[in-house]
Amino acid sequence: MARRVLPEINAGSMADIAFLLLIFFLVATTMEVDGGIARKLPQKQPPNAPKPPIIKDRNVLQIAINRNDALLVEGNQRVDVKEIKQIAIDFIDNGAREGNKGVGTCTYCKGAKDPSSSDHPNKAIISLKSDRGTSYGAFIAIHDALGQAYTVLRNRVSMERYGKSYEALIKQQKSDKSQKLKDKIKTIKDLYPEIISEVEPTEN
Amino acid sequence: MSKFKKQKKGLPPISTASLPDIVFMLLFFFMVSTTMRETELKIIQPTLPDAHNTKKLEHKNLVSTVYVGKSMDATNKGDVIQLNDKIARVSDVRNFIFANREKLLEEEVPFMTTLFKADKNSKVGTIADIKRELREIDALKISYAATPRND
Repeated sequence: MARRVLPEINAGSMADIAFLLLIFFLVATTMEVDGGIARKLPQKQPPNAPKPPIIKDRNVLQIAINRNDALLVEGNQRVDVKEIKQIAIDFIDNGAREGNKGVGTCTYCKGAKDPSSSDHPNKAIISLKSDRGTSYGAFIAIHDALGQAYTVLRNRVSMERYGKSYEALIKQQKSDKSQKLKDKIKTIKDLYPEIISEVEPTEN
Repeated sequence: MSKFKKQKKGLPPISTASLPDIVFMLLFFFMVSTTMRETELKIIQPTLPDAHNTKKLEHKNLVSTVYVGKSMDATNKGDVIQLNDKIARVSDVRNFIFANREKLLEEEVPFMTTLFKADKNSKVGTIADIKRELREIDALKISYAATPRND
């Protein structure tokens, strides 16, 4: 008696179907993750809030940008966006304060110690004033330059302390969630805290 | 001698039976990693400014996106704001953030970030108005969307 063999189902077209779906998802996929410059807004002050402490003029770096996207630093110096990074680095890293017996002196600063510039990185405030008509692109360019200035300084101090740049530490955080690494990053952040204050834009 | 004569002629055909498996694997990868765009832009696609110092935003559910740019309708010259699927006014930002907060747990609220996707030619004044509104309702974490640049 002849054995009846069931014919095998042809699976050759399965690949075609799968390819079709694959191509659909390839086209529909957006891989990009949103990236941006992170900032924190100041808290709203209650109307009866105590007066803010007086800040010495030398501890504030004033950057103003007008509606033609032209820049003015410290109220008298006209500069280009490209120069902002270096100006900010010089200002933050100045470290002029000669504390009482070395207390309060910025020991890791490499700046010029100019007495007319900032005392200490944790006192150095960058104030950014814009006009309502300023273009958003120019505004972000300054924020970016300031961010880069802090990154340069943080990289340097992190290199000295841990033999690794700050950016490398941040990258490492993706795979390594240890408390030790977190503490390291926090230490570096505290050595050069980002203090950027945005002034309400002026009406014309 | 006959033992050595058995050699077959030609190569056997390569089996393609595992091809669907490989393709399915790729398919599943793309299916899982795909995020469908859920909002439709009602304004002209904003050209984001570029920056070196960008930070990736993880946790998509904690991000509320505010679009700022030019209106599709040419008669409106100023900047327009888009929230969700609608063109909105500055005063609507408040309710938009509140609505997003509703969806989250209490302890997640302080980690909410507002992402500005604004055209680089829009005005700082518009952004400042939104920021003032955000300060009023204590939504303090913000991020300015930018395309990363390396040079």
